[in-house]
Amino acid sequence: MNLFSLFKSRGTAPVARERLQILLAHERVTLGPANLIAMLRDEILATIAKHVEIAPEAVKIKMGQEGSISTLEIDVEIPTEKIAKRNNAMRATAAA
Amino acid sequence: MSKVVVVTSGKGGVGKTTSTASIGAALAKSGKRVCVVDFDVGLRNLDLVMGAERRVVYDLINVAQGDAKLPQALIRDKRIDTLSLLAASQTRDKDALTEEGVKRVVEELRGMFDFILCDSPAGIERGALLAMRFADEAIVVTNPEVSSVRDSDRIIGLLDSKTLRAEQGQRMDKQLLLTRFDAARASRGEMLSVADVLDILSIPLLGIIPESEDILRASNLGAPITMNGSTSQASRSYEDAARRLVGEAVPMVVPGEKKSLFNRILGRRAA
Repeated sequence: MNLFSLFKSRGTAPVARERLQILLAHERVTLGPANLIAMLRDEILATIAKHVEIAPEAVKIKMGQEGSISTLEIDVEIPTEKIAKRNNAMRATAAA
Repeated sequence: MSKVVVVTSGKGGVGKTTSTASIGAALAKSGKRVCVVDFDVGLRNLDLVMGAERRVVYDLINVAQGDAKLPQALIRDKRIDTLSLLAASQTRDKDALTEEGVKRVVEELRGMFDFILCDSPAGIERGALLAMRFADEAIVVTNPEVSSVRDSDRIIGLLDSKTLRAEQGQRMDKQLLLTRFDAARASRGEMLSVADVLDILSIPLLGIIPESEDILRASNLGAPITMNGSTSQASRSYEDAARRLVGEAVPMVVPGEKKSLFNRILGRRAA
């Protein structure tokens, strides 16, 4: 250790932080299929919610994992009247 | 309404058992009925940290297998009568613990206690998965150190996928307990800061426990730090964490951060 490094003492924490951020970004994808499934669940539900109003109790979600296969079952009940309303609205915008 | 909380970390030696005992004692002191359960089959230690190692007759596996009744196996603390311990078994057969058995024990405990704290073994094997399986929420114990943070990230992934709540599509609440934190070193950039760890793991913070000599003293004596009348910062930090766990809004202080300039200069020289 020389005089210069005494003044320079910048600490190693930023290095630790950066290494972790890079490592975990990778590991979350490769080691965490479950995380991916949870992400898919949230995004699929968000997409559905964007187009039709769905009551929380009309959604059934089942996530499972067996060996190397993860499963995600999403069961959404959408009342037909809402679909009709939606179709009419889309037709109207298409015509305009 | 009883709550089952798993205390977990992935990495060993970060303070799961100490934290389970300390938060358990703090909750019990405030009048909550608390049971701390050791899930570390084969390497039980919670009994030792709680000072009850000579009182273990029956354990979790005995109850899970139906060889003993739960009230026979529960060890009531002699200092705080709302605090009980269910010890782990010393048997080497890790498969002795089954999911059905654990489910039954946890359900029975729910009927008797306000809080059930499950002290998870290290690792991501069967024991750790069983400890989190029936939990309502989780305390993730993490040191501000790269390997601990990495393992905590892994455990968070498992909490979001392998617990009953997650499989049913419900949210699993997870809170971070940062232990062995040294504010002086963090402020010098030698240790990950609280913000760093929160940023990386992105779960809410339950508490910050400073690195403290008093913790070792407490486990030497078999008296959790929140139990032995200690006024140390670590004890107060654990008490604050326990209060946050019951939903109280306790302002977060970074322990040891308010050092005088003089001490800070001394600290820098020494390091």
